[in-house]
Amino acid sequence: MNRRTLEESLLPPVVALLLAAVVGDVLILSFGQSPGAVYRLLLEGTWGNAYGFGQVLYKATTLTFTGLAVGLGLRAGLFNIGAESQVAAGGFVAAVAGMLLPAGIPALLCLPLFVLAAALGGGIVGAVPGVLKAKFGAHEVIVTIMLNFIVLALLNYLTSAKVHVPDTLHTPELKSGALFRLSDVIPAFHGSAANATILLAVIAAAVFGWYLFRTRRGFELRAVGLQPRAAENAGVHVGGVVWRALTVSGAIAGIGGLNYVLGYKHYYEEGFASGAGYLGIAVALVGRNHPLGIVVAALLFATLSQGGLVVNALVPKQMIDVLQAVVILAVATSVPEVRRMLRTSRRTAAT
Amino acid sequence: MSVLDFLSQTLRIAVPFLLAAAGGVLSERAGLIALGLEGYMLGGAFCAAAVSFASGSPWLGVSAALVGGAVLALVYAVGTIRFRGDQVVIGIAINLLAVGLTRFFLRLFFGSSSNSPRVPGFGGTGTGFLALAYNPLVWIGVIVLPTLGWILYRTPFGLRVRAVGEHPAAAASVGVPVTRVRYIAVAFSGMLAALGGAYLALDQHQFTDGMTAGRGFIALAATIFGRWNPKGAGLACLLFAAAETLQIRLQGTHAIPSQFVEMIPYVLTIVALAGVVGRSVPPAALGKPSTE
Repeated sequence: MNRRTLEESLLPPVVALLLAAVVGDVLILSFGQSPGAVYRLLLEGTWGNAYGFGQVLYKATTLTFTGLAVGLGLRAGLFNIGAESQVAAGGFVAAVAGMLLPAGIPALLCLPLFVLAAALGGGIVGAVPGVLKAKFGAHEVIVTIMLNFIVLALLNYLTSAKVHVPDTLHTPELKSGALFRLSDVIPAFHGSAANATILLAVIAAAVFGWYLFRTRRGFELRAVGLQPRAAENAGVHVGGVVWRALTVSGAIAGIGGLNYVLGYKHYYEEGFASGAGYLGIAVALVGRNHPLGIVVAALLFATLSQGGLVVNALVPKQMIDVLQAVVILAVATSVPEVRRMLRTSRRTAAT
Repeated sequence: MSVLDFLSQTLRIAVPFLLAAAGGVLSERAGLIALGLEGYMLGGAFCAAAVSFASGSPWLGVSAALVGGAVLALVYAVGTIRFRGDQVVIGIAINLLAVGLTRFFLRLFFGSSSNSPRVPGFGGTGTGFLALAYNPLVWIGVIVLPTLGWILYRTPFGLRVRAVGEHPAAAASVGVPVTRVRYIAVAFSGMLAALGGAYLALDQHQFTDGMTAGRGFIALAATIFGRWNPKGAGLACLLFAAAETLQIRLQGTHAIPSQFVEMIPYVLTIVALAGVVGRSVPPAALGKPSTE
């Protein structure tokens, strides 16, 4: 990455964070607290102790998956707003697969099966807008939004009418295949939800980068995202790229459902990742659709949402919802602006 | 009697859809994706409840909702028109912002994370058409889409809105102030959706966290299913409201699981977008920043 693109990528998030900090100050002051004390508490409660950090890692794991899912779509010029329901669908299918498995199979043996099940659940949800876009030109933004409501209602029906444990709103526990928690290896993480799924997230980010920048399919995908007509003329089958990208995007989000189902609670429960899909959009945006950027952005947003819980004693944790929205707004508005500014300043420097 | 009950309940459910869908049609016909309807509604609901509670006057509550909706809509307009940010991203951010702000101020004003105290609404208790007739927002809901249709197709401003949404460059070349028309359209779309939110809060005599519960997205679905014209959107709103009424009536009978009735608006919209029953064509410049 050269200096120009680095500037273009880093400036908007920096601007966004500064703006969020200012808005945060105003909100904190309106609640009669000192901003310095609140921010210090926020940092201490997240990165300052092992439990808080474990919670950040747990949240960042799901957000990495949804961020990668949205990022893959954006690289192809497609907006997947459906990660919200794709995570849920992935988690649900994995949980049902876990119900059907016999007990006592080693976790490592069933892991590929669970990844496949979760990818299938999310992938089917992603394939619908993909095929509708490729075949009929239906706008994927609207289709994925509508599909969120449809899929979540369907999962609600299936869970409450078919597979829930009586008197609860969740499915039975997995018979085998549960992953270990980080606290099993490092006792300091005790109590936090962080688990081995984080390794899957790191692998997913690496595969994402390899696929996008080192394979022919990835090249085609990026070509379609930059200039669909040029790609078409160069012999790329745009329709194929479109439905594949949205299907794979859904599958990635679906695998994110394992973080809860396989790593944390070992069952599917409604709303287990609610909000993760929408935050995935923010993560992809701030991470500029780059795997490394997405991981960093996932950590950032995970820190914010965990931090909200930590500071709740001083200021309402709802403040964090506002700050997250401000970050998205600021990044979305400053990306085109920064590009224009940098170009103008370069032009003046050149003359 | 039972038919009348059914119709009045349908109207009662349809009012917020009609108001927000009017905002949706206006915004999208001007070329700006109306993803923020849900946020405008929620903001409007909160402003209406808070000010109606503080002042004791539901009319002041409605005025506050108009201001709140316009402010959120202007944030969207500045982000997408002035800064040319992505309409989808900014629309989603507006919804998250509305959720965050209403939750924060719910804690700040009322010390609660779930609901406001009881707030004064418009008169008229009980059910049926008679009770609805006391509520001015119902009347506004009934006339809003026909009025919007008249504005869009019979007035110079409406012609400008449609021109800006179809071909901004051509509109600019004949002297239409594209940017100004877009700002006005978005601001009014925010106010209309906020009226829908105000109706919800005043009708239920309180604000509850997330009380719009996807109604803004149903209004967006109605906008699209109604093919971006007021008549179609109005019929779609009534259809979706009738489905919801039916679902409420069928509750407990287990005839159809309620979740499947909930899906109806969204499924119909996807079907319409896929062009299974005729092709639905959005405004040509929808979602694109104008290059005036």
